[in-house]
Amino acid sequence: MSDAIISFQGVGKHFGKVKAVDNASFDIQRGEFFSLLGPSGCGKTTLLRMVAGFEVPDEGEIMIDGEPMSATPPNKRPVNMVFQSYAIFPHLDVRGNIAFGMRRSGLSRAELDQRIDEVLDLIKLPGYGSRGAAELSGGQRQRVALARALIKQPKVLLLDEPLGALDKKLREQMQIELRQLQQQIGITFLFVTHDQEEALTLSDRIAVMSEGEVMEIASPGDLYESPSSRFVADFIGSMNFFEAEISNVHGDRIEVDARGIGRTMIRRQERLSSPGQKIWVAIRPEKFQPVFTDPKEAENTLAGTLGPSAYLGDRSHFYVHVADRDEPVLVALQNLNRAIGDMRQPNQPIWLRWTDDAVVVLPRS
Amino acid sequence: MSKRRPWWRADAFTIYAVIYLTFIYLPVLFLPLFSFNNSKYIAFPLKGFTLKWYEQMINSPDMLEALLNSVKVGITVAILSTILGLLAAKAVTRYRLPGRGPVMGFIMVPLVIPEIILAISLLILITQVDIPLSLWTVGFSHMLLCTPFAMLVLISRMEGFDKSLEEAALDLGESAWMTFWRVTFPIVLPGIVASLLLTFTISFDEFVLAFFLTSTDPTLPIYIWSSLRFPTKIPAVLALGATIFVLSFVVVSFSEWFRRRGVKLESSSGI
Amino acid sequence: MNPSASHQSSVGLAIRKRFLSSEPLRGYSLLSPTLLTMLFGLAMPLLVLFGLSFWLQDYVDFIKTFSLQNYSDFFAKPIYGAILMKSIRISGMVTLVTVLLAYPMAYFIAFRIKSNKLVWLILITVPFWTSYLLRVFAWKLMLGYNGVVNSGLKSLGLISEPLEFLLYNPTAVAITLAHAWAAFAILPIYVSLEKIDRSLLEAARDLGENAFMTFIRVTLPLSMPGVIAASLLVFIPTVGDYVTPSLVGGPSGIMIGNIIQSMFGKAFNWPLGAAISVVSMLTVTAIVCLFLWGTHRLRRAVA
Repeated sequence: MSDAIISFQGVGKHFGKVKAVDNASFDIQRGEFFSLLGPSGCGKTTLLRMVAGFEVPDEGEIMIDGEPMSATPPNKRPVNMVFQSYAIFPHLDVRGNIAFGMRRSGLSRAELDQRIDEVLDLIKLPGYGSRGAAELSGGQRQRVALARALIKQPKVLLLDEPLGALDKKLREQMQIELRQLQQQIGITFLFVTHDQEEALTLSDRIAVMSEGEVMEIASPGDLYESPSSRFVADFIGSMNFFEAEISNVHGDRIEVDARGIGRTMIRRQERLSSPGQKIWVAIRPEKFQPVFTDPKEAENTLAGTLGPSAYLGDRSHFYVHVADRDEPVLVALQNLNRAIGDMRQPNQPIWLRWTDDAVVVLPRS
Repeated sequence: MSKRRPWWRADAFTIYAVIYLTFIYLPVLFLPLFSFNNSKYIAFPLKGFTLKWYEQMINSPDMLEALLNSVKVGITVAILSTILGLLAAKAVTRYRLPGRGPVMGFIMVPLVIPEIILAISLLILITQVDIPLSLWTVGFSHMLLCTPFAMLVLISRMEGFDKSLEEAALDLGESAWMTFWRVTFPIVLPGIVASLLLTFTISFDEFVLAFFLTSTDPTLPIYIWSSLRFPTKIPAVLALGATIFVLSFVVVSFSEWFRRRGVKLESSSGI
Repeated sequence: MNPSASHQSSVGLAIRKRFLSSEPLRGYSLLSPTLLTMLFGLAMPLLVLFGLSFWLQDYVDFIKTFSLQNYSDFFAKPIYGAILMKSIRISGMVTLVTVLLAYPMAYFIAFRIKSNKLVWLILITVPFWTSYLLRVFAWKLMLGYNGVVNSGLKSLGLISEPLEFLLYNPTAVAITLAHAWAAFAILPIYVSLEKIDRSLLEAARDLGENAFMTFIRVTLPLSMPGVIAASLLVFIPTVGDYVTPSLVGGPSGIMIGNIIQSMFGKAFNWPLGAAISVVSMLTVTAIVCLFLWGTHRLRRAVA
C-alpha cells in the first residue's frame, strides 16, 4: 500500500483548443522531493496550479492525502505555494508577510512571534522581521516566500520555478539549501522547473513532461542512465543516437546493425529483442573512451575523424565525424590534465570505445 | 545623454512648452485677477483691489444652495462610480473574459458620446417611465459618465500589481473578501483616491447633463450659467470660480502627496 | 452513507465545482453591477431615443405611430444639414489644432523631462479644475468688444477702435474649444509616447537614422494609438457641444448641438430633436470609421 500524499487520477485540462494537461495519472509519495520537468508550455505549471486550486481540472481528480480536491477552493487546501515572482506583499514588512496566513491559527501573539523567529532562523534570515519588503534582495524575497508558506506546515509545499530569477552562483547555493531544508523538515516538495540540471540535483523523483503529457517518471539516476524513450533521453543531458535494427538474438546478447557503428553486440533488454525491430542505440558523450591508434576490436568500437572541439575549462567537447552518419558524434572528456585539453587537432583518425553498460537501447517508431 | 544647459539656452521644445502653458493658464488666471478688481466691468485698466465680490459670493444663499447640491451629488457619484469602476477593473484585469474588448468598449461609450445626446436620451427615458426629475436623476447620469473614468484609473493601477499577490493571499488561507481588504485594497488605495477625486471633479463641474435632468434644484454649474446672463452678477461668479480653482489645487496637491506615500509599483506609463 | 444525503451533497458539490471552474462566469458576475448599470443607463436610453425619432410631436404629447416624417423634415430643410456639416467642419478643425498643439507638449514631458513627470502632468491639468463654463466665459471676456484683449491693446495705445472680429464667430468657438480640450488631448498622447521602448529609438539611431527621421519612422507610428484616441476624444464630444457656441459663437457660430438643445427647449419638438440626434450620431460614426480605416491604411503604407 503506497503512502501517496498526492494522487493524480486521469487529470486533464484544456484552454480553448489547446490541451495543456493530458491524462496525468501518477502518485507523489509522502516526504518526497518531486519535480515536474519540461520545456515551456509542457503543462507543468498548469498541473502545479491545479494542485494549489488556481486552475480546476476539466477531467479527472486530484487527491491530497486521500481527499478529493475538486470542490475545494485554494484557501482551504492543505498545501501552500511559493510563487515564481515570490509575491511578497509590498505593503507589509517581513514579519507581516510571514504571519499573513496565520491570522486564523488561534495562536497567541507570543506563540506566533516565537514561531516566526524559528522560521526566520530556518531560512537563515534571523532578525529580519522588521525589514520592509522593498529592502529585500531577490534571494531574500525568495526565502521570505518560503518562510511564509512553511510556517503554515502544509502537507505539500508547491514551488513554481522559484530559482529562475537568481544568478547562477546564488541559484546553486539555494538549490543545496532547499534540498537540506526539505530533508530537515520532511515536508513533501512539489517543484516545477525547466532546468534539468536543477531537477537532477534536487529531486528524489522527476516527472518529465512534454506538450501536456507525462513522458516518464523516475529517479534522477534512472532517468539519466536508463531513460525509456527517445524524448527523455534527448531532453536530459546530451545524447548520441545511432539508428539501428536488431539482426539476431544470442542468449542474453543481441546483435544489431547500427549506422555509423556497424555490427555490434549489446546487452539484451526486455521488449526490445525481436529480430527486425527498429531501435535507437544511444550512448552519452562522457561514456566514450577515445584512442588514437586502431584498437582492432569489433565490439563496442566505432571509427571516425576528429572534427571541431570546444574547451569548457573543466571538460572538453569533441565532435567526431563518422561514416554513414550526418551528425557528428559528441564526445565529452574531463580535462584531467592539460594534455587532454590541448588535444585538438582536427582531421586525425580517432576510435571511440565504450563499455557494455554504457549503451541505452530505445524503441524507434 | 543628459547635457546640463543654462536655462537661457533652452531648446525649442522647452520654449514651446512654456508658451503652451502660458496659453493654457492665461485665460484662467484672468478670473481671479478680475475677481479682485474694483469694477463691475471686466475690462482693462484695473481699478483697484477689493474683496467685495467675495463678500457678495458668500452672502448669496442661492449660490450656497447650489454649491451644497453639487457637493452632495459629487460625493455620492464619486463613491458609487468608484465602486463600479473597481469591480469592473478587477474583473477585466484578473479574469479571462471572453468578449472582453467589446464589453470594455461598451462601458467606455459615455466618454465618446456628445453629452447632449446622452442627456436627451436619459431625459426621454426617464420622463416616459414617469420618474420625476431631481438631483437623483442628475446623480445617476453623472454616475454613467464617471464610471468609465474610474475604471480606466483603476485598471492602470491594478495592471501594475502582480496577480500572484492575490493568489498568494488565497493560498495562505484567506477568503476572497479578506483577500480584498488585506491585500488588494491597501495596494490599490492610491488609485481609489485618484478615482474618487477625478469622479468628484467631473461631477462637480458637469453642466449639460445636470441642466437637462434637474427640476428645481440647481447644481453649481447651472447657477453659474444662469448668472452669466446678468452682468452685475458676473464679478461674484468670477470670485466663485477663483475659489473653486484654489480649492481644487489644494485637493489635488494633497492627493498627490498621499499617493507618494503609497506603495511604489511598476508602471509603464510613468504615472 | 445515506443515499439521499450523499446525492444532495454531490449536487451542491457539482454546482460549486462548476462555478469555481468557470473563470468567465466568476469574472462576469463581478462585472455584472457595472454592466447592468451601463445597460440601463446607456443602451436603453439610446434605443428609446432611436425609437422616439419615429414618433411625432403634438403640442405636449407624442403621436405614437411610426412615421418617417422627422427624417424627411431633416433632409427637406437644407439648414439642418448645413449646420451639421458646419459643426463637423468646426469640430474637425478643433481636433486638428488641438492635437497638433498638444503633441509637442506631450513629447516634451515624455522625452525631455527626466524626473517628476507627474508634476508636469498635474501642472497641465490644474487649469481644468476651474469650471468649464467659466473657462468658456473667460474667453468671451478675453475676446469681447470691451474685453480684455481689446481694452488692453487700447490702453497700450496699439489700437484706437476695438477689434470686432475676435468674438461671436466660428473662429472664436474653435479657439475656445482648443483651449478647453488641451488636457484631454495631451494625456492619451503622453501615455502612448511614454510606453515606447527607448531601446527602439537607440536601435534606429544605431542603424543610421538621424533624430528627425527616427521620429518620423519610429516614434510617430508607435504613438499613433494615443493620437487616434486623443482625436476621437476631442472630435466626437465637440460635435455635440452647444455651450461654447452659445457663449462665444454668436449667430454665425451656431452648431448642431444648439439646434438639438432648442428642440428640447423653446422649439419643443422632441421627436424631431431625436431624429436630428440620430442623424448626427450616424454621420459622426461614419466619419470616425472612415478616419480609423484611413489611419489603418496609412500605417500599412508607412510601415
